Amino acid sequence: MAGNAENRSGGFRPGRLWPHLIMFPVSLLMLFPIAWLVIAAFKAEEDFFGSLFFPRDESGAIALDRLTLKHFDRLFNDVGIGQALSNSFFLSGALAIFASLCCAAAGYALARLKFKGSGTVTVFVLAMLVIPPPLLLAPTYELVHRLGLLDNYLAVLLPWMAPAFGVFLFRQATLQSVPRELLEAARIDGMSEVGIFANVALPLLRPMMGAFVMITFLAMWNNFIMPQVLLHSPEKMPLAVAVANMKGVYYQDYGMQMAATLLSVAPVLVLFLMLQRDFVSGLASGAVKG
Amino acid sequence: MSAAGGAEAVGVSPRRVLSERSAGWVLMGPFLLITLVFVVFPLYRSIVLAFSQTFGPGATTWAGMLNFVEVLRDPLFWVAVRNTALFTLGSLFIQLPCSLLLASILNRPGLKGRAVYRLIMFMPQLVGLVFAAMIGGVFFAKTVGPVNTVLNGAFGVPLDFPWLDIHVIPSLIVIAMWLYVGFNMVYFLAALQTVDRSLVEAAMIDGANPAQRFWHVVIPSIRPVLTFVVLLSFIGSMQLFELPFIMLNGPGTENRGLTVVMYLYQQGFEQGDLGMASAVGWLLGLGLIGASAVQVFISRRETA
Repeated sequence: MAGNAENRSGGFRPGRLWPHLIMFPVSLLMLFPIAWLVIAAFKAEEDFFGSLFFPRDESGAIALDRLTLKHFDRLFNDVGIGQALSNSFFLSGALAIFASLCCAAAGYALARLKFKGSGTVTVFVLAMLVIPPPLLLAPTYELVHRLGLLDNYLAVLLPWMAPAFGVFLFRQATLQSVPRELLEAARIDGMSEVGIFANVALPLLRPMMGAFVMITFLAMWNNFIMPQVLLHSPEKMPLAVAVANMKGVYYQDYGMQMAATLLSVAPVLVLFLMLQRDFVSGLASGAVKG
Repeated sequence: MSAAGGAEAVGVSPRRVLSERSAGWVLMGPFLLITLVFVVFPLYRSIVLAFSQTFGPGATTWAGMLNFVEVLRDPLFWVAVRNTALFTLGSLFIQLPCSLLLASILNRPGLKGRAVYRLIMFMPQLVGLVFAAMIGGVFFAKTVGPVNTVLNGAFGVPLDFPWLDIHVIPSLIVIAMWLYVGFNMVYFLAALQTVDRSLVEAAMIDGANPAQRFWHVVIPSIRPVLTFVVLLSFIGSMQLFELPFIMLNGPGTENRGLTVVMYLYQQGFEQGDLGMASAVGWLLGLGLIGASAVQVFISRRETA
């Protein structure tokens, strides 16, 4: 065992240090843009490019009192970004809940229920996986136009409500973590099939549920092209479109741009840090076992 | 059957007698319904549209191969293909080896802080393409942007190095690297952790050096995940749109940031020609499916 030689003495060992010599600087590099963004959002125009991080006074010392909240003040009071923020929360939250339930139900059914045509449906799901979303952009616009749903949130939500890869992920998760014997036991107890899904399978699928809620929430939060094409009213736009449009209006006001960007990124980062244990491991196990 | 009969006798709701067969369709129902309406039908319409001359979403007339001919004859389309291909090559051949290397470093037995590193590496991906484009626009700005400021201080690179005017694709590759290198690393790390250590040790006893062990033992063990990640990042890179579109406020100087999906967007939603947009969509779709099939074929043959 290579590990034995290392474990024998607990003291300084170059063999243990070198991974950190690479990973530590790389981690700093990864964090640099985020740290820079957090500070840039609070810097006044005159300080914006004067220093890389914190603003400095005439003597070159860090001057924290020059940081300002005025960009956020303008964002909420003049630009009305609060509306876009709540639009994003509504769209992403609604999609995450409905898409997860829809995919969990379908994935569970494919993995554990014997029904006529399930083989065909599995092939169908796999076929849906290879369709690139941009291909459907023009016909989706046409369909939404025909249905009279342009500028309606349903137009943005419905086409994303049943992603085939979600069905596939939940099918894998079910095969892995929902034992047949448990389902049989519930059947003998007289539970209905839908009840078995809701009360027996769903709790066992919790880790994948956590991961998939996060994936779909993020996908909608960071989605630009669908709301850009299918919505028209500025007051209905989510952050991704509203902030991107600000780039044209405030093209020289980098402070405003970065404050709006921080406001858009912060909720997702906080949510992720809260759910990260489920998320990263669920994602990885799905890939490996798949 | 007796369970269902028993349930009826006790007098519970008729939902309980739902057999396994119909329950399968009930649980599949929402997915199937939405997919038929919002994927299968649009897919069918995209074929019709691709062969039609369209005037907005309402009127269409049959046009045969005209849209395809027009797209393939448009030099702008080939500019978009070239840019997209360069970006994709950069993602595959620079980013993925880095992800694999970082994953191997993190996979060292007994490494402290692995979870923290994994978390930090994964974080940029959450920022997403739209907001990364917002940051990128300031980061790569001439004279004042942090990238040029740092490069100037460290290596004397001129402060007005024109990232966003001329070297668009390299800056896109750098931003995509920041976003996704850790994301792919998480997949690789999960795969590396399943590699049988006794296999690696056996190779070590047989006198294989680290490079040989990696190439002949580790790589074959993680091949399924490797193929999956290569495919995923190939397909994702070929659909690049938001990053340059928002960062450059459009295709950029001399269309240096024009991508295939941006060309599709311009045709469909700036020119209002849904037929052309669908033709571009099909060219992209067939290209992706063809290239993916080749990749899967190659990886299958190497395994066999």
